[in-house]
Amino acid sequence: MLKVEEQTPVVFSSELLAKFDDVITRYPADKSKSALLPLLHLVQAEFLWVSTSAMDKIAEYLKIQPIEVFEVATFYSMYFLKPQGKYAMEVCRTGPCCLVGAEKILIHLENKLGVKEGEVTADGLFSFRGVECLAACGFGPVLQISPEYTFYENLTEASVDKLIEDLKNK
Amino acid sequence: MGRKLLLEHINVPGINTLEVYRQKGGYRAVEKALKTLTPEEIVEEVKKSGLRGRGGAGFPTGMKWSFLAKPEGVARYLVCNADESEPGTFKDRYLMTYIPHALIEGMIVASFALGAKVSYIYVRGEMMPQIRILERAIAEAKAAGFLGKNILGTGYDLELYVQPGGGAYICGEETALLESLEGKRGNPRIKPPFPAIAGLYGCPTVVNNVESIAAVVPIINDGGDEYAKIGIGRSTGTKLISASGNLVKPGVYEIELGLPVEEFIYSDEYCGGIANGKRLKATVAGGSSVPVLPANLTLKYANGEPRLMSYESLSEGGFATGTMMGSGGFIAFDEDQCMVRNTWNFARFYHHESCGQCSPCREGTGWMEKVLHKIEHGHGKMEDVDLLWDIQRKIEGNTICPLGDAAAWPVASAIRHFRDEFEWHIKEPIKSQQQNYGIANYAVPIEKAPVTEEK
Repeated sequence: MLKVEEQTPVVFSSELLAKFDDVITRYPADKSKSALLPLLHLVQAEFLWVSTSAMDKIAEYLKIQPIEVFEVATFYSMYFLKPQGKYAMEVCRTGPCCLVGAEKILIHLENKLGVKEGEVTADGLFSFRGVECLAACGFGPVLQISPEYTFYENLTEASVDKLIEDLKNK
Repeated sequence: MGRKLLLEHINVPGINTLEVYRQKGGYRAVEKALKTLTPEEIVEEVKKSGLRGRGGAGFPTGMKWSFLAKPEGVARYLVCNADESEPGTFKDRYLMTYIPHALIEGMIVASFALGAKVSYIYVRGEMMPQIRILERAIAEAKAAGFLGKNILGTGYDLELYVQPGGGAYICGEETALLESLEGKRGNPRIKPPFPAIAGLYGCPTVVNNVESIAAVVPIINDGGDEYAKIGIGRSTGTKLISASGNLVKPGVYEIELGLPVEEFIYSDEYCGGIANGKRLKATVAGGSSVPVLPANLTLKYANGEPRLMSYESLSEGGFATGTMMGSGGFIAFDEDQCMVRNTWNFARFYHHESCGQCSPCREGTGWMEKVLHKIEHGHGKMEDVDLLWDIQRKIEGNTICPLGDAAAWPVASAIRHFRDEFEWHIKEPIKSQQQNYGIANYAVPIEKAPVTEEK
């Protein structure tokens, strides 16, 4: 059972609402529910996760029921339903990446960051998790960092260390 | 050197821009199609080309287009399936990253042929950089008059949008993709009705893969007959192959269909052989969902004839001694790789990605994952191998969409061809634990091996 804590109500900025409106123009007038996935992405890019309060606001905006947003947000793997690190790292753990060392990278991240998969470092900077195929199998191991989904290929333990240091000093 | 139709200019600096793409002949197909051909003539050219859907199913594209219902006063849609999530397959990411205008040009031609006024490219959400690339390219194309109102003064209007997915392999199934595009969970629809009759918003819709749509450009430029001259048998044209695993040169290659598999793996023009001087143990030829084949059957048929990279040749012998072209996701395993561990990894993937709509898939994929995890980690019993065989048979063919088959085939083929390895893990659990699993020479301790969480 998913446990969602009560959240402070979120406020969507006028800039974010303008992006919502732009997305909604892509669909027929009576089909604005099609905007749901893109809107969830926009909210996550702004707040780094999607709270139930944000889901309710999206429902209000699209004139659909809150449960319609909740069932979508919980179905897809990209939406974070609890706060993540500022740099949420996702390492592909599927077959081809594992053939070239992905599992080693996941364990290295756990040791390096001192947190387990799904946890956030004390400074709030990092979290990581294994995800299923990122469609970059020839360049594995790979990881991506939301919300920009910047991509890092052909990972080694050394390149992961450098990446973490670079992000710390950013 | 094999002929290149899609990746011919891949190394030209700036080919991702409209300017350079046009310098290399880009958008000629739009000019030709909209100004000199009727929609019916375009469909006919695609039929003549023999192009088969490049997403995995291999259904003839022109025939798919000709099924589209065309009632008056009802919108029609073209939706590009760019939800590339099949383990082993990464060709569409490559194409969208480096030659986005090839896809956009194909979308314009195909939309015109199908009578669509609004089209969507549904890109898996994880590919945000590719989404940004496509959106920039669409803006360029629109500014140049290739999209929007009255394209090139022909009176044809088309708006093209990119839709991000939310991260779900199942949305690669066309009806699940349409559900997702409508803002819902990606649960596949029962067919019929097929999308050609009732697709997006209940309107007639064609869903095509990125590579299929991009291939329309050379077909229109050179004619369907010319395209059909390339390849072999009913496998016409060129195909993008995503090569991964233990290869010297993994990457995306464009091949003429009919190339011998051995040449693809070992020649310097393509993969350059097996990495680190090891021997080839097995391959998955068309993405993780197709049956795995041991090396000898990958390279040759059971009768010793060379196997070719073509739809027919790869499937020669059925699943007993053959596999499928699928999406062209070619994964090579060297002699050190553990087939039990790989099968468990794929089973975990399909369990994770099952939408949960059909009981055999929802329950069966998790069951297979657990049994495989047990065997791989030295806790299996001999009857577990037969149990796995039994479970996969109860999934295959018993689900609304092909994800059930996709989950069953890797397990079935691994047992069929590597049963000894499963039995060795059960008989000699300590030795199998001590073996290098080939995962960068790293054996994951039992307590660290992740199992997919319960749903």
